[in-house]
Amino acid sequence: MRLIVNGKPHTYQGSPAKRLSDVLRDDLGLTGTKVGCNAGDCGACTVMIDGHQVCSCLTAVGQAAGRPVVTVEGLQAHGTLSRLQTSFLKHGAAQCGICTPGMLMAATDLLAEVSKPDEQQVMDAIGGVLCRCTGYRKIVEAVLDATRTPDLPEVPEVGTAVGARSLKVDGVPKVEGTEKYGADYIPADALWLRVIRSPHARASFSLGDFSDIIRKYGLERVFTAADVPRNGFAIFDMKDQPVLADGIVRYRGESVVALLGPREAVEAVKPDELPIHYTPEEAVSGVIMAAAPGAKLVQADKPENVLIRGNVAKGDIATGFAQAAVTAEGLFQTSFVEHAYIEPEAGWGVRIGDRIEIHASTQAPYMDRDEVAGVMQLPPDRVRIVPTACGGGFGGKLDVSVQPLIALAAWHSDRPVALVYTRPESMASSTKRHPARIKAKFGAANDGKLVAVETDADFDTGAYASWGPTVANRVPVHASGPYHVPHVRNRSRALFTNAPPSGAFRGFGVPQAAIAHETLMDDLAGKLGIDRLEMRYINAIRAGDLTATSQKLEHSAGLAECIAALRTQWQALNTEVEAFNARRKSLRRGIGIGCMWYGLGNTSISNPSTMRIGLRGDGRVFFYNGAVDIGQGSNTIFVQIVADALGVSMDRIDYVMGDTDRTEDAGKTSASRQTFVSGKATQLAAQDLRAQILRLANAGEGAKLNFDGAVLTVEDGGTVRRLDLATLPRLNDDGDVLLGSGRFDPPTTMLDANGQGVPYATYGFAAQMALVEVDTELGTVKVKKIIAAHDVGKAVNPTQVEGQIHGGIAQGLGLALMEEYLPGRTENLHDYLIPTVGDVPEIEVIMIEDAEPLGPFGAKGVGEPGLVPTAPAILGAIRHATGVRVAEVPVLPHRLHAALKNLPQAAE
Amino acid sequence: MVSYLRPTSLAEALDHLSAANQNAPQPVILAGGTDFFPARVGRAVDDDILDLTGIADLRGITESDDGWRIGATTTWSDVANADLPPVFDALRAAARVVGGVQIQNSGTVAGNLCNASPAADSVPPLLAMRARVELASAKGRRELGLGDFITGNRRTMLKPGEIVSAILVPKPRKEAHSVFLKLGAREYLVISIAMVSVVLEVENNVISAASVAVGACSAVAQRLPYLEAELIGRRLNSALANRVEAAQFEALQPIDDIRATAAYRREAAIVLVRRALTQLGKKGA
Repeated sequence: MRLIVNGKPHTYQGSPAKRLSDVLRDDLGLTGTKVGCNAGDCGACTVMIDGHQVCSCLTAVGQAAGRPVVTVEGLQAHGTLSRLQTSFLKHGAAQCGICTPGMLMAATDLLAEVSKPDEQQVMDAIGGVLCRCTGYRKIVEAVLDATRTPDLPEVPEVGTAVGARSLKVDGVPKVEGTEKYGADYIPADALWLRVIRSPHARASFSLGDFSDIIRKYGLERVFTAADVPRNGFAIFDMKDQPVLADGIVRYRGESVVALLGPREAVEAVKPDELPIHYTPEEAVSGVIMAAAPGAKLVQADKPENVLIRGNVAKGDIATGFAQAAVTAEGLFQTSFVEHAYIEPEAGWGVRIGDRIEIHASTQAPYMDRDEVAGVMQLPPDRVRIVPTACGGGFGGKLDVSVQPLIALAAWHSDRPVALVYTRPESMASSTKRHPARIKAKFGAANDGKLVAVETDADFDTGAYASWGPTVANRVPVHASGPYHVPHVRNRSRALFTNAPPSGAFRGFGVPQAAIAHETLMDDLAGKLGIDRLEMRYINAIRAGDLTATSQKLEHSAGLAECIAALRTQWQALNTEVEAFNARRKSLRRGIGIGCMWYGLGNTSISNPSTMRIGLRGDGRVFFYNGAVDIGQGSNTIFVQIVADALGVSMDRIDYVMGDTDRTEDAGKTSASRQTFVSGKATQLAAQDLRAQILRLANAGEGAKLNFDGAVLTVEDGGTVRRLDLATLPRLNDDGDVLLGSGRFDPPTTMLDANGQGVPYATYGFAAQMALVEVDTELGTVKVKKIIAAHDVGKAVNPTQVEGQIHGGIAQGLGLALMEEYLPGRTENLHDYLIPTVGDVPEIEVIMIEDAEPLGPFGAKGVGEPGLVPTAPAILGAIRHATGVRVAEVPVLPHRLHAALKNLPQAAE
Repeated sequence: MVSYLRPTSLAEALDHLSAANQNAPQPVILAGGTDFFPARVGRAVDDDILDLTGIADLRGITESDDGWRIGATTTWSDVANADLPPVFDALRAAARVVGGVQIQNSGTVAGNLCNASPAADSVPPLLAMRARVELASAKGRRELGLGDFITGNRRTMLKPGEIVSAILVPKPRKEAHSVFLKLGAREYLVISIAMVSVVLEVENNVISAASVAVGACSAVAQRLPYLEAELIGRRLNSALANRVEAAQFEALQPIDDIRATAAYRREAAIVLVRRALTQLGKKGA
């Protein structure tokens, strides 16, 4: 069969029924085309055939024979990026980059037909490609701007990198399609693993003899629990989740056995032929069932199905509520939410001598190393983790997934071993956002000031611990909201159920808690006759105030400023909404506001980062970066920081990311900690290296560094000192002649029995407002606009800060309106809905820069804060529009419709 | 080894089917692949395949005195981009909201009928257009009304050895207008919670024929004969929506599922039909 791909002829001799996407990737090596679902639900695999965009995963290669196929690799002309690709770079339209090839192809198709498209045409053209990072707005901007001659910003002048909208340092490979993700450079001779998973939420099982299956399909081996040296992993010392289940499965999707063999062989196996005999049992479903007296235990050694309890108590809530003029209370519930990164878990590994090397998509290479070492009962230094580019994480790739099984199989094989999850497998087996059931009561005095808050939050933590402990610890700290409250009692429990493990997901339980505290703030404002925005302004926690844990905020508490930044538009939109609603009946508009705070980094637990920066004999600067960029842009942020702290240009800096053999531990990419914690370590490392250079040159603080090849001249006032770097002794095999190092661990304290202390060194703050339109006849909600004011300390890269906020807002919108994971029923991206380009509204970002003295150049994290206030703002707006006080998300149309019918005035 | 045949003529395809008819299971008929591949995520494609997309004669829309013939491999985009009279407005609107553009460029309207999902977006417009389905086999051809062709959730009257060769749309007797409305929980790439399609034929601003079809509210999309009867003889104006009453929707049998409740679907269908009639009423004098 003859294929014409990007103008080049290829001969293909395999099955004509093979998916075109697989042929492109596996047979032609064109891995720029991504596979996100194999079902036409995500569009990551979009290519053009005969000039028209199609999903290559839905195209039999036989159908493409002889027709021109264009992939992302074909967009460049003579090695030059297309205008569209350049525009993507300029606008920061690629974050993790996994959807970028699909977006580029869909938009290229459009631009070939419509030279100057409008926004609606752009949205229609890319509506079939899902993105989970960007919130789409920058992609739409990039496509609209692509019709003009692109003007890429110059590399910032020395000393001006921090604060510049500099291009992503890893942006070019993302728009070229050459970036390598977990499934992209699996060696051709690799054996493949396939995990057989439980179809039952709870069952005991026994295994029969697999030798017939091994023979029939030509497998190498079948791995079972008995083969795993230490069959457990999880954070801290919990290690409760088996790599392969041992006679009991506790959730649908749990790993039972793993098949190893040639790829075609493992894929041909029919699971119902396998000798696995399940005896299903009644599952523990939901926290009410889990907490009921006498409930069946999910894990036999975890009494009352309790994983952990959390508690924060300050003052005396009885005293506090006695002072309240008004109180408000409620019960709030949220669902399982799926991370839905467009890149399913993937990686490969190989045994090299007595070491294991794993290349996989991850948020936490050092934790992966330690988990793999633990499972394999090897010292950590015999495991090397080489992170690939990560096609979206959001907390879901903090836990190990493919890594332990790859290690196990590779250890026993003389060939590389690969494991790539399918979309349903990813959704069934991976962690989720904790469903929450939160009872809360807020009390305020007549002047609007909060006097007491009491919350009780139960979280469904699923079958295994995962990051449940961190949710249960973090939520009580945050549950009374970003407000000054004298009397607080916040409690939480994480309860085991026979559901997928709930783990880390952007916000660690705080987004759920924010729905409760913000609804009650609206309640109180209503009862007191105070404007909802002013109610928050009155109570906003400020520098000098004590938090719920009695931590005195010293600096960088910019919430009041964020709220104030919304005030003018809040009042204007309020007037507009009133006018709109006076004219119409079935369409109603409303505005809402949500406020948040978020402690950056681990809760009361040391979470240091160490970074190293080398100066090479050839005059290049080499950054040993132990932190993984999962698309949020930490690689770029750090390079900006290195540039300014060292006094060099960004384009002088090379780096390696997260390779555990070549970097130091910079912790995990979570808890919005990388800019703040690792960024600070980076700054310290750069300052250390600079100090060494200045010492060598006998120069003072303000000296200027000028490079001419390997010659570094240090200019200090009138004195110029010349250093020939090539003549300096090399410190290591990498060729560094000087090496700076920096370590930062944000200062926190343990919390006492009442949860009092300093859980975080600093906090992010934000206020967002939403404008929505509700179709009251159908119960549908259209978010028309979001205005987001965020205290970011210092925006190291404003484009990336906006990108984080946009992406957080899109996920918050999904949480509020459409996302609900139901095990066994929504294990794909057409039954589980995430926002498309048409669902994310116009977003205005207002950056408040209340510098954090601890942070690098004053910066704080913004990864999670973008998401937290969005759902509350949307829910408040729905209430403003309709009178429906939403206490359960997602507000699917049928739920809002039912609530509208139950309104008192609906009976009129 | 599985077989894959991509013939260039219908006769060849039908001969292959009739030959295969004897012993082995029927080959799977492949067109746009937009239902075929999603049903095979994570498992090997081990079906014998008969791919119709090489048969040039099967693609495209042709007009005759009696009506239009939509060939079996005509894609959604083909329909959306074709120059067609207003009776097709509904089908063309549906064509623009099936999946994303990628799906519309590959997926076929006939394939959507054969897949026979209760939420198939093609069915309400085609039912409302009184479309018929042409089935071809080595023995000859037969026609069925669309309502007779789809018999249940994922069930059709297609027999072994047969393929759908075309969808036949009769010409309206009078000036016809149509509309399609779809309700989903997000903007793009969404499976319908409910959708409706209305075709009205009008003479001198009076409705001479009406068909109203509702999808995703029963195992197979249904027409609403009581409402249709109520509309005939009415003037085409903005008061049309007032003819809609809940009793006309009683034959629907919506279900509770992950997307919505049955009760909601029933009410949403009523709202959508009212809106569709209001929209069409605006075309009146």
